[in-house]
Amino acid sequence: MPELTRLQELIYELEVREVMTPDPVTVTPDTSMAEFREILREHRISGAPVMEGDTLVGIISIEDLIKTLAEGQMNVTVGERMRRSPITVPEHKTLIQAVVSFQDHGFGRFPVVDHRGKLVGIITQGDIVKGLLKRLEVEYHEEEVRQYRASHVFEDISSDRTCITLHYHVNAQDFDRAGEASSRIKRVLNRLGAPPQIVRRLAIAAYEAEMNIIIHAHTTGEMVAEIMPDRVTLRADDAGPGIADIEQAMQPGFSTASEWVRELGFGAGMGLVNIKRCADEMTLESPPGGGTHLSVVIRIDPPWFSNNHNGSNQQRSSAG
Amino acid sequence: MKLADVIEVLEGKVISQEADPNLEVTCVSAADLMSDVLAFAEGGSILLTGLCNPQVVRTAEMADIIAIVFVRGKIPPSETVELAAKKGIPLIATKYTMFEMAGRLYEAGLRSCDISCRIT
Repeated sequence: MPELTRLQELIYELEVREVMTPDPVTVTPDTSMAEFREILREHRISGAPVMEGDTLVGIISIEDLIKTLAEGQMNVTVGERMRRSPITVPEHKTLIQAVVSFQDHGFGRFPVVDHRGKLVGIITQGDIVKGLLKRLEVEYHEEEVRQYRASHVFEDISSDRTCITLHYHVNAQDFDRAGEASSRIKRVLNRLGAPPQIVRRLAIAAYEAEMNIIIHAHTTGEMVAEIMPDRVTLRADDAGPGIADIEQAMQPGFSTASEWVRELGFGAGMGLVNIKRCADEMTLESPPGGGTHLSVVIRIDPPWFSNNHNGSNQQRSSAG
Repeated sequence: MKLADVIEVLEGKVISQEADPNLEVTCVSAADLMSDVLAFAEGGSILLTGLCNPQVVRTAEMADIIAIVFVRGKIPPSETVELAAKKGIPLIATKYTMFEMAGRLYEAGLRSCDISCRIT
């Protein structure tokens, strides 16, 4: 049972201060047992540390109250009935030490103290159980969020061909926001749970393509990412001056970028080379006066979700 | 090697809000041309650079670079620091030149990112 293992781990991981009730309700030795009964009722608690100023002098519980009730002596004070010099638990100890203390001493609660011995909280076995359950719930929820991935999206959508399409506007010369579209594409792919190498290749190709639009196009360009179970396609289109000689542009080191672009760390003539290196397929078109159109395909093999396309159809027809 | 060791070897100063000293550094890339970095930097590497503009952070983000070290006492402008904070990428300043930094890290046992293995 993996849950049990995780629970055992948590007992060694979580610290007392993480599950204790901080700033507990306290009483003084002068408090009468009748008042103590009211305090328990009002706060719905089962015991309280006894404080004399800043000093912890004892602990009193509902068991002490019941005994006092049975004896019919409700006028006595907490000071007369409390357990003196109580055993404390340091706040930075792990839960396992608190568990051992409960086992060894059989008490229902322990005052929790900081390194100077000052009272900071109170811990019961109920606090430990609640703290563990809460942490397990949080971890379960995080796991659930992590697993909400493209495969599930693709699984949920019944179609012959499912595709998530992302559109991003890229403004030429907008160096302040350069890389933002690629950053967003990368984040989406990560959220969808794409394999890290696929994310990395697409991010680099997208970033170089985005920089090309920003550096060379004179107008707004667009990047479109199409995410499918077996491939991601990236298109980058602009209506800029285009590329005079594509073959030359593909040569490593060839660049037409201006000096100030180079000062930004770009325009080294490696952009298209990098894109090609990241791509499984790459096409680059630049008809005279027709802008520049780049298309990059990165295949995902094995697909994120193979039970799609025709496979899905077959399964459905056989099931129906 | 841990990021903490790199900072010690380079007598570096963390200039971003935070840097996890336990990050594992696998290899090093040193360049001022961002396309070069994108071409050969591996995930898990650190980048040594003299370039201070926000594109350095973007490049690191795309290439899964875990920390950026600036040479010769350069302090990047606030846009760069802010973007790095947003992306959770630590920035480190050192007084050393690129050559000196590379030499110190090599001596400490780190190696260049493997150009032959490239992006894929």
